[in-house]
Order: sequence, then structure tokens, then C-alpha cells
Amino acid sequence: MKHGILIHEPDDDVGVAVEDLAAGAEIGVITLEGKPVGTVKLINDVPLGHKVAMRDLTSGKDVIEYGRVIAVAIQGAPRGSHVHTHNIKTKRWTA
Amino acid sequence: MINPQDLKLTGYRRPDGRFGVRNHVLIIPVDDLSNAAAEAVAHNIKGTMALPHPYGRLQFGDDLELTFRTLAGQGRNPNCAAVIVIGIEPKWTDRIVQEIAKTGKPCAGFSIERSGDLKTIEAASRKAKEFLHAASEIRREVFPVNKLTMSCKCGESDTTSGLAANPTVGRAFERLAAAGATLIFGETTELTGAEDLVMEQCATPEIAAQFKAAFDDYQALVESQGVSLVGSQPTEGNIRGGLTTIEEKALGNIQKAGRCPIVDFLEPAHEPRKPGLSFMDSSSAAAEMVTLCAAAGSVVHFFPTGQGNVIGNPVIPVIKLSANPLTVATMSEHIDVDLSAMLRIEMNLDQAGDAALLMLERTINGRLTAAEILRHNEFVLTKLYRSA
Repeated sequence: MKHGILIHEPDDDVGVAVEDLAAGAEIGVITLEGKPVGTVKLINDVPLGHKVAMRDLTSGKDVIEYGRVIAVAIQGAPRGSHVHTHNIKTKRWTA
Repeated sequence: MINPQDLKLTGYRRPDGRFGVRNHVLIIPVDDLSNAAAEAVAHNIKGTMALPHPYGRLQFGDDLELTFRTLAGQGRNPNCAAVIVIGIEPKWTDRIVQEIAKTGKPCAGFSIERSGDLKTIEAASRKAKEFLHAASEIRREVFPVNKLTMSCKCGESDTTSGLAANPTVGRAFERLAAAGATLIFGETTELTGAEDLVMEQCATPEIAAQFKAAFDDYQALVESQGVSLVGSQPTEGNIRGGLTTIEEKALGNIQKAGRCPIVDFLEPAHEPRKPGLSFMDSSSAAAEMVTLCAAAGSVVHFFPTGQGNVIGNPVIPVIKLSANPLTVATMSEHIDVDLSAMLRIEMNLDQAGDAALLMLERTINGRLTAAEILRHNEFVLTKLYRSA
């Protein structure tokens, strides 16, 4: 199946859209080595390069990409959501 | 898989034994006041190039030393065959001349006071013509990859940078380091969120401590202003491209280092002391960082980009690599290596590393980069603090 999302590590919380993806579509997820890791049904439109939740993200919980913490969720983001500045934020600097 | 030792590299041997991949005759103004004369000489003499800039007056301490080192470093760079230095007065002019002359290459200084612009321009133009004649007869020679010094820095990154273009540079750097090349990376604040990974990659605890001290110093500088880098890092371009936090950006950034051990810590604009990958304390602003790399003697630069940073440098060719299909389609004139097939899983990391190394070979041997052809000659001094 054609993939639309690339993921750094199989257990990451988020994957990256490699083309513009539309809400409602069932999208294949693949690792950088080309290993399929299932599909995800999109809740939102997600532009090329933006992130998609691979599992339900709960407000206050760490968000994992590259197998590492990249952010904390500031609002809930169910699996298939567009993940960006509106629902996650840095843990390093305060605005 | 391409081994860098099999690349056929040709360049210009300089008197200090280093090899350049371009053959510039540079006209360096010591200060803002001397830009007009420097540009006039470059206009008079075909094949020469001026490096106008806005500083060089009433700087002091480390900031002054960095400006001197950066200006002299451009002239010392092996991509330069000969150098004219023009300043308002003779003392600081001579400081730059002396530093460049240590490489053994032809270098002459001219000062404007007690002559005026016009006499200075005439005298410097005559010398530049002489230098250009000599430079034009230097022939390329084959040189081994262990005589190569190069650098990398990414810009207008997005998630495709961390997925593809940056790891491609990392893979190429792993092979170049194994072949004995000298490599530079930096971007101190942009490693926030991956600083522990950088420290783990340092060859000794001393190097890790030096990196950490520079990293902490930058963070303290930002905090001392009563602000944070939120709003600047990630940039608005990064955010548009899908990067959300500095941690995510840093984890993408550090992919450029591959698994190379970090063998040395360098202050900004210092020349590397040993082969392998050195970390240079530096700003993450593209033109400042590439200018510092040129000052440190890098002769060619890998610049992976996501959203399409268009930067170039007057002294060193800047090779652009991008895996973002939108960038490659809409800004094709800026991209030297198209890696968009990686996102389609039609090109793996080893193949991408090969593509980067082949473009490196062609660029070293004279292929002009997109940035060179488009006249992207961004020369930007790093200012540490305000002038007196």
C-alpha cells in the first residue's frame, strides 16, 4: 500500500505527512527503512511536512518523536489529529 | 556505495600546503569606510571580488578579535589565491595583512588616509591586476580527500530536513571523516533539546565540557536579556514547514553529524586543528555561520534545506540539498541535490549519501553551485556585542 506518513521510530507518538493529506483518509505509515507500521485515519487535513498523532495524546503528557521527547501536549489530540503549535509546545523555553 | 577516497578531486595548491577549490583574488575592506574603495577596485579588475561589510570601527575585546579573525580568515581561506586589504588607516589594515601573509600567499594592504580614495583605488587596482595575472595561471592539481576541509549547516529546516536531507549529510560526513577529511559543524543554540546527544558524541569528556560551556553561555546570554528564543527558534519558516519545537528542530539538526565522533571544540572562526568532525561555537543564522566556516578554512559547504533557504557565500561554494518535494518543484533554481525521492522511499540513505558525494566531487572540480550562479554572496560578520 502507498504510504503517506513517515515515522522516525516505530513507537513515536507522531509521524510526518509526506504529501498534503485530507481528513477522513486512511493513510499508510512507514518507517524510514521502508517498514510498514499500519494505517491511521485522519481527523484533520494535514499539510506536507506537518505531524499526525499516531495515538491519542493527552494534555500534559510528553510527545515522542525520534524516540525522544520533543514537546508536551497542551490539549488532547486524538489519533489521526494534526499535531502542531495549537496542541503541543516546547518544554525548554517559556514564552 | 561511494568511498570518498575514490573521488577524483582537483584544486589549487596554496603555499601553506592546503588546497582550494576556487581561485579568488579577494578585496577585503577592514572597515565600513573602505567598502567604496574595495568595490571600486573589484569593479576595475575583472575576476576580483570585494567583501563589503558594515563593521570594523570602534569594536573592542573579543568582538574586535572575532572581526579580525573573520576578515583575515576569508583571505587565509585556500579558495583565495591572493588578497588586497584596504582600510582607513594603516595599523589595523596591517594586522589583517600580516595574518593572511602567514599562509605565504600574495597579500597587499592599502590605507586611505593621506592618499584619499582615488589614489588608493589606483594603487590597489594595479596590485590586484598583478595578482589576477598570477592567479589565472595557477593550474588545478589532484588532491587526496584527507586534504579537504569542509562544513555543513542547515537552514529554513522543516520536518523533511530531519527525515532526509540532514541524515544524508550525516551519512556523507561519516564516510568523509573515515577517509580523513576535516569537517566543521556548529549552530550552538539550535542544538537545544539534543545537547546531551552532542555531548555523548564528543570523543573526550573535555570536548563535551567545552561544548556544554559554550551551550550554557548562549542560554545565559538569552536569559540575561530577560527573554527566551520562543518566537525566534523555531523560525516562522520552520513552523510553516511543520516543525513545532526547538527540541524537534535540534533532533533534526544533529542528524547532519551522522555518527562521527566530535574530535575538537573550536571557538568561532578558528581553523580546525585535526581531521574528523569539529564543533564550532556559532550562531545558527545561515549567513553568519557559513561566513565563520569560510573564516575557519572550509572550502565547500553542504547546506540542507526544507523550506528553501537561498543563502550562498562569496568565498566558498554552498551546495543545497532538499527533500521537500514542494521546495524542489517551486524553487528548483536553488537546489543542487534533489532528495525528494527519499520521502517516497525510492532512494535510501546510502544512495542519498552517494548523490551528495557525487555533487561534492563535481562542485570541488568546478561545477558552479546554484547559489554561486544566482550571485548569493552573503558575507555577514558575527557581532558579539555593541561597539564602543
